[in-house]
Amino acid sequence: MPTLLSAWFNSHQPNLHPPSFYSLSLFRSSHPPPSPNPTLAMALSRFASSSRSGSLLKPLSSAISLRRPISTDTTPITLETSVPFTAHQCEAPSRTVQTSANELLTFFRDMALMRRMEIAADSLYKAKLIRGFCHLYDGQEAVAVGMEAALTKKDCIITAYRDHCTFMARGGTLLEVFAELMGRQAGCSRGKGGSMHFYKKDSNFYGGHGIVGAQVPLGCGLAFAQKYSKDEAVTFALYGDGAANQGQLFEALNISALWDLPAILVCENNHYGMGTAEWRAAKSPAYYKRGDYSPGLKVDGMDVLAVKQACTFAKEHALKNGPIILEMDTYRYHGHSMSDPGSTYRTRDEITGVRQERDPIERIRKLILSHDLATEKELKDIEKEVRKEVDDAIAQAKENPVPESSELFTNVYAKGLGVESFGADRKEVRATLP
Amino acid sequence: MLGVVRQKMLGQSLPKIRPAVSVLRSYSSAAKQMTVRDALNSALDEEMSADPKVFLMGEEVGEYQGAYKISKGLLEKYGPERVRDTPITEAGFAGIGVGAAYYGLKPVVEFMTFNFSMQAIDHIINSAAKSNYMSAGQMSVPIVFRGPNGAAAGVGAQHSQCYAAWYASCPGLKVLTPYSSEDARGLLKAAIRDPDPVVFLENELLYGESFPVSDEVLDSSFCLPIGKAKIERVGRDVTITAFSRMVGHALKAAEILEKDGIDAEVINLRSIRPLDRSTINASVRKTNRLVTVEEGFPQHGVGAEICASVVEESFAYLDAPVERIAGADIPMPYAANLERLAVPQVEDIVRAAKRACYRSVPLAAAA
Repeated sequence: MPTLLSAWFNSHQPNLHPPSFYSLSLFRSSHPPPSPNPTLAMALSRFASSSRSGSLLKPLSSAISLRRPISTDTTPITLETSVPFTAHQCEAPSRTVQTSANELLTFFRDMALMRRMEIAADSLYKAKLIRGFCHLYDGQEAVAVGMEAALTKKDCIITAYRDHCTFMARGGTLLEVFAELMGRQAGCSRGKGGSMHFYKKDSNFYGGHGIVGAQVPLGCGLAFAQKYSKDEAVTFALYGDGAANQGQLFEALNISALWDLPAILVCENNHYGMGTAEWRAAKSPAYYKRGDYSPGLKVDGMDVLAVKQACTFAKEHALKNGPIILEMDTYRYHGHSMSDPGSTYRTRDEITGVRQERDPIERIRKLILSHDLATEKELKDIEKEVRKEVDDAIAQAKENPVPESSELFTNVYAKGLGVESFGADRKEVRATLP
Repeated sequence: MLGVVRQKMLGQSLPKIRPAVSVLRSYSSAAKQMTVRDALNSALDEEMSADPKVFLMGEEVGEYQGAYKISKGLLEKYGPERVRDTPITEAGFAGIGVGAAYYGLKPVVEFMTFNFSMQAIDHIINSAAKSNYMSAGQMSVPIVFRGPNGAAAGVGAQHSQCYAAWYASCPGLKVLTPYSSEDARGLLKAAIRDPDPVVFLENELLYGESFPVSDEVLDSSFCLPIGKAKIERVGRDVTITAFSRMVGHALKAAEILEKDGIDAEVINLRSIRPLDRSTINASVRKTNRLVTVEEGFPQHGVGAEICASVVEESFAYLDAPVERIAGADIPMPYAANLERLAVPQVEDIVRAAKRACYRSVPLAAAA
């Protein structure tokens, strides 16, 4: 057995895989999964089916062991991120990450669901079932998923208008998303908010904000309140490279640093602020360094395990030492919004290049397959399931009614004091605010 | 029978009094059509060509050709010194614009929508509007702040507010609200040439609309006076004031009212500050009834100021209380059916005008 293993390790050349792929560390955990041994025929047929790794010199141990049902294997797997973290004013966390089959498959499923959801939203927008602004997140899924894996629901997340997937990661449902986008009652904001205004307060998700940069001081305010209440929890305030130059960000960071607030500022750097590339907007596009006195970390935002590792590190740091900046190097496949083709300020080659080399879902797929945690067919089945879930939610949302007219006047105030409010014709439509 | 014939002839003669605009629309070959977008673009182009001190600054105005394509082609024509793409930092670039104006340049600062101007409002009010006064005339601020204002379609609460009332309450500012392509060209040129800070409130939904433009309007010297309203439709029975997109609604309401025998006079305000009180009052003294229309929130709105002006100057001429049609007194909802209820519709204007016309006795004290 050891000779086969070492033979496999020797033959495992990193360049069999695309450059962005994980390099496997040379050790596995010491627990062999307890299982009956399959026949050799079965083992050989699995050799043939898992063709991705190519090499015949797969470790016999993995061929013989029966893979557990794909969603339950929590046997720790240790990996390295493909790119090390770059640190500013702090010690970078280790590249070595702990995960499991269960976690990787959950990541795969969650990201595939988000991807499908955003692509479906694109179609709905073009069919005019979604109106106004619609900012899609496809390409950036690893940030939402990796972050959520590092947090609890006691921690707060706040973001700007590219919020559909962050909402889902915090526990939102597909129906709430599609109903909100289509302006229906079952929407997370009962149809009154729209794409840019998703909220889920019971999961400490604070939206959903349309004015670039505004969410950062708000996030620092959440952190202030957490510290004030001694909650031992943190806030992740997300913003883009476009928002990174906003003055209010630096004002809020200064206060957070002075007061040691548990605030983590996360720059989702997708390299374009609407139509303006980062180098045209920022004198220093090294956003993780822009905190100056505040430490920062640059993270491969297309690598969900690196995102999780960085967020875990940041949470620990912020609880002890105050604010820290995380720069997630990520990419959006769509334009800024559905009104922006996304191709006038970047080349199609660049977009397809990122899709081929760095797509977060493809990375996890390759990882799962090369570790034999699932077959290609099983992953494709997950994608089919996810597609069906999305289609079902859309169908349900389409049947959902629009808000009642009386909703016009609800929630203007939390406490209405019995004042009157008016419609467009104040003599025709008036209501007492509840 | 003769009476009937006479009535019919009267009915037929009414179209003659209709505004030149709609007559020209039906004879499209007689006048050139121009979209508001092209009107703004051509005005910017001509003013930049005429005066090298004029420059444009804002998000996506250059390489992207303008978020709404208003500045299309200008970067190619005038170069990056005069068409400046800024980062998403309104407080910063608005302040920089005002500083440049102090020094004598003529900046045109674009806000992608006026909702974002709130990030820069200190510079608009404190740095621009008040400077000429505080310096006893040494520091005039020849700056134009322009961009789309008011509701679009389904853009939600943070992207739909109308800022006319807020800016127009501030002395030192001039606030303009074009409706047609002629307005867009004439008023933008006037704004750029004006030595004072001008807040130029466009409307996204009007950008694609076409209006006829005469040769005079197309001439590069064309300019409209600031502070003068335009009577878009002459009438006898009720005055309807409106600005920006609501002028179109008011004109449609007037057509409907005409069928019910109400002859409405529609005033396109064009300028919210200075407000053309004399035109408004002269009209109300003629018609004795007034409906004010605006998109923005009702409380302390433009209609409230117009009503106060008329009550102060033409009280004895009013035969009915002033009617106000405005946006609903709520943040803008997203859902299409709710949004429709939150923005004035043509039928709201018709209803209010009818109330103004049929009321001859004051309402019994309402609850």
